[in-house]
Amino acid sequence: MGARSGTLKDAAAIVGIGQTRFAKHLPETEKALACRAVLAALADAGLHPSQVDAFASYTMEETDEVELAKAVGAGDATFFSRVGYGGGGSCATVAHLAAAIATGQASVGVAWRSRKRGSGPRPWTDTRTQLAVPAQWTRPYGLLRPVDEIGMLARRYMHQYGATRDHFFQVALACRNRANQNPAALMYDRPLTREMYMTARWISEPLCLYDNCLETDGALACVVVSAERARDCRQRPVYVHSAAQGLPAQHHGMVNYWTEDPLTGPAWTAARNLWKGADLGPEDVDVAQIYDAFTALIPLSLEGYGFCGRGEGAAFTEGGALEIGGLLPINTSGGGLSEAYVHGFNLITEGVRQLRGTSTAQVHGAATCLVTAGEGVPTSALLLRN
Amino acid sequence: MDDNDTTRGADGLLLPQSDEDGAPFWTYTARGELRVQCCASCRVPRFPPRPCCPHCQSFDTEWRRVTGRGRIWSYVRPHPPLLPGYAALAPYTVVLVELADAPGIRLVGNLVAAADAPLDSLDPERVRIGAPVRVAFHTMAPGVVVPRWLLERP
Ligand SMILES: [Zn+2]
Repeated sequence: MGARSGTLKDAAAIVGIGQTRFAKHLPETEKALACRAVLAALADAGLHPSQVDAFASYTMEETDEVELAKAVGAGDATFFSRVGYGGGGSCATVAHLAAAIATGQASVGVAWRSRKRGSGPRPWTDTRTQLAVPAQWTRPYGLLRPVDEIGMLARRYMHQYGATRDHFFQVALACRNRANQNPAALMYDRPLTREMYMTARWISEPLCLYDNCLETDGALACVVVSAERARDCRQRPVYVHSAAQGLPAQHHGMVNYWTEDPLTGPAWTAARNLWKGADLGPEDVDVAQIYDAFTALIPLSLEGYGFCGRGEGAAFTEGGALEIGGLLPINTSGGGLSEAYVHGFNLITEGVRQLRGTSTAQVHGAATCLVTAGEGVPTSALLLRN
Repeated sequence: MDDNDTTRGADGLLLPQSDEDGAPFWTYTARGELRVQCCASCRVPRFPPRPCCPHCQSFDTEWRRVTGRGRIWSYVRPHPPLLPGYAALAPYTVVLVELADAPGIRLVGNLVAAADAPLDSLDPERVRIGAPVRVAFHTMAPGVVVPRWLLERP
């Protein structure tokens, strides 16, 4: 079975997910963690590693397909792809596999991300290998870290649309509440209160400690096959209903300061094609896993993917909208803010669990899930259904 | 700090590491001039500098001098953990300034009390989005000059 009239719609499915433990420090290497996650995902799918013929990961992934394929005992590979822009590439790894499988280039694909960010160095501390653009225009002034770069957009968003720290708190709280239900989450036994949030130390004003994702060691993977083959796999298939990437005209990753409206980011571009390729709209989404390296990205993504109008993303978070039972439950495993930050890959696996009905914070009867990749960088998104 | 590290000044702050497209900007700041790259064909300014014009695809460029006046579009106040030179001065104010005579061109910089004052010299209570600012030039290292920003109404 191939794509119907040139679309990706439900032609491929995620049939296996796997992960390691998440921790501040794991003793094994990134390569070992990658192998463990991929083997776990294949076991979950009921597929043997020798059946794997496609690979997709991030350009920032340190374990490449050659090393991974050799280690796990994959067969001859006929498709392999890497996606750039850090967390912006998460959903695109699955999208590339789905497209390759739908067009007959491969039959069993694995996507993965392994990272020791919890115990390893922070990329921003490297002063030798910075890109001239934008580093020469930002770093001499002490705009050093992702939190500083996104904080600049967050402050403007607050000014322009009346967003407050309470709105960002609503995002942090929803993620933390879900993590408190998920034993695998780093913040499983650490509840968050408004008092804790409002008195937390600043990282880059207007963003405080709890507006930032967790530095984590861990790895995750998933297995993608054709819809036809998915019917014979061990798990209930989760179909890739629609997928899209987004790089807006004149966009600049992280420091998108030089377009007419810097607050209109890649989400808008990805969303146009995501919904165009779908039988569904934002109103049909039961649960969403929205990339949350920083709380402030959530209101922007809510607007970009069409859950509310321009400038309404902050107000959308009010009244428990993001909690279970709310308008749009998000990040039901705790997300990057409270489960683990592994460049957004845990958002994909949690989307799969929701549609299998096996989440630790299950949205009753969830049939559709939006998963998004990094906002503020060239991005990607998946619309999953069961 | 590594003595051979040419990326940092004596105070540990990072010096701009230019590329070919950006080099003229730094040549002009070293002369105390703020200039932006413009298309020599359709005259539209662009930032960051790049080889050709996204509007008319011309490779002919000119560097147009601007008045150095603008308004604060946004700002952040970084706190540690930071690189050592910056951590010593934190929190400091990083602004994004929209140039008055080139709307849409926004430059990252520091808002300070005087051209050569420390990064943390300005009272944070004085910082407002929309506040008018003007450029000043600060020498970070011999021959390395960066634009800084002062409030128009100190
Ligand atoms: Zn032109």
